[in-house]
Amino acid sequence: MTEPNPRPLPWLKASIVDIRPVTARVKAFRLRVDFDRPAIAGQHVDLRLTAPDGYRAQRSYSIASAPSSDGIVELMIEGFGDGEVSGFFDGVAEPGDVIELRGPIGGSFVWRPQDGGPLLLIGGGSGVVPLLAILRHRAIAAPDVPALLLYSVRDAAETILRAELADRARDEPDFSVMLNVTGGTDGRRIDAALIGAALARLGSPRHSYLCGSNAFVGAAADLLLDAGLDPATIRTERFGG
Amino acid sequence: MATRGFTGHRPPDATRERLPPGQSLTTDFPVLQIGPTPRIDLATWSFTLRDGAKPIKSWTWEAFNALPRTQWGGDIHCVTQWSKFDTRWEGVSLDDLLADAGVPAPTDFLLAEGHDDYTTNVPLADLVGGKAMVATHVGGLPLTPDHGGPARLLVPHLYFWKSAKWVKGLRFTRRDEGGFWELRGYHMYGDPWREQRFAGD
Repeated sequence: MTEPNPRPLPWLKASIVDIRPVTARVKAFRLRVDFDRPAIAGQHVDLRLTAPDGYRAQRSYSIASAPSSDGIVELMIEGFGDGEVSGFFDGVAEPGDVIELRGPIGGSFVWRPQDGGPLLLIGGGSGVVPLLAILRHRAIAAPDVPALLLYSVRDAAETILRAELADRARDEPDFSVMLNVTGGTDGRRIDAALIGAALARLGSPRHSYLCGSNAFVGAAADLLLDAGLDPATIRTERFGG
Repeated sequence: MATRGFTGHRPPDATRERLPPGQSLTTDFPVLQIGPTPRIDLATWSFTLRDGAKPIKSWTWEAFNALPRTQWGGDIHCVTQWSKFDTRWEGVSLDDLLADAGVPAPTDFLLAEGHDDYTTNVPLADLVGGKAMVATHVGGLPLTPDHGGPARLLVPHLYFWKSAKWVKGLRFTRRDEGGFWELRGYHMYGDPWREQRFAGD
């Protein structure tokens, strides 16, 4: 991309089609929305909620679904009990509700089929969501691109879409998953040995995408630099403090 | 358009008055960057002012730290919707850098360049007159690598993507040229009080 896109990014109306639990804390929301430009895997949207008196709250959420023209976008929203916006989605939102949405947003943490691979995807907790969009898009548009997902969770029960990931690893010859659990007695943080094992399995990645908490992404990015990867091939996205 | 069932958690009035539209207060200091934290050696660090491709003046870390120091305190605002209040920064103002370079500004536009090849544009008028600095300290401590250390640009009246981390130089450009995010749909100027997040806002 070399020229600015001068087209304004309008607020759109998105209606909730359905809601389903993904883990004890995370729910998947499918929204019907007509983007005025094509989405790219890895992008996010901004959602805006408005109270009756005009007070507003606004947050960003990664898109979990592959880019498509069917007008449906899937988001995964973690319910933090007292979260101003996440609490609304966890406890109040219902199918049929209309939410203001702006997007798709972001041109750095993105993957297009022509970007090729191998792809090393490293996600911590709900940081796996934009990586899911990349995996889902890859499976449809570029299944020959080798990809490996190294997915770290505190507790195996917090794994988002565990069944889908297992199915993909079984059915897609060039895709594999390494699940890492950090909590409990056998828990381990992502370390040089784990990164080494991932690189041995995948081969040298052309692109790496890292998403998760600040500490997780910082540590994983340092490990990739230690392993000799070119910093220009590593893209990061962080949430939280 | 009111959202059914949404009431919100209104911050106190004193907080709301200081929050630009669409922002929320955080007490953390979130880290946002496009790639890994670069590994920078102060022995080879330099800061270079350029007119297009032509260097005007370069400072080593030692020379840079011999320049007059500037302090600024106040609120900062990130386009990812967090604001942080009462931050305190120290560094070298652009006025002092330009004075030390000893040349008048050749154009009205600049691109800040980071060690990670990040770029972002800021008009000259928003960098001089005490409005901006190349910061080396925050909260009285040297900037950590995650927050852009050893030195980052600080343009606190604009969204924080303009405050390029790991800044290695500023380049005068003939016209207002978009940088990394501006070429990806973000606003060319980025005033949080006018909520200039994306092109056309």
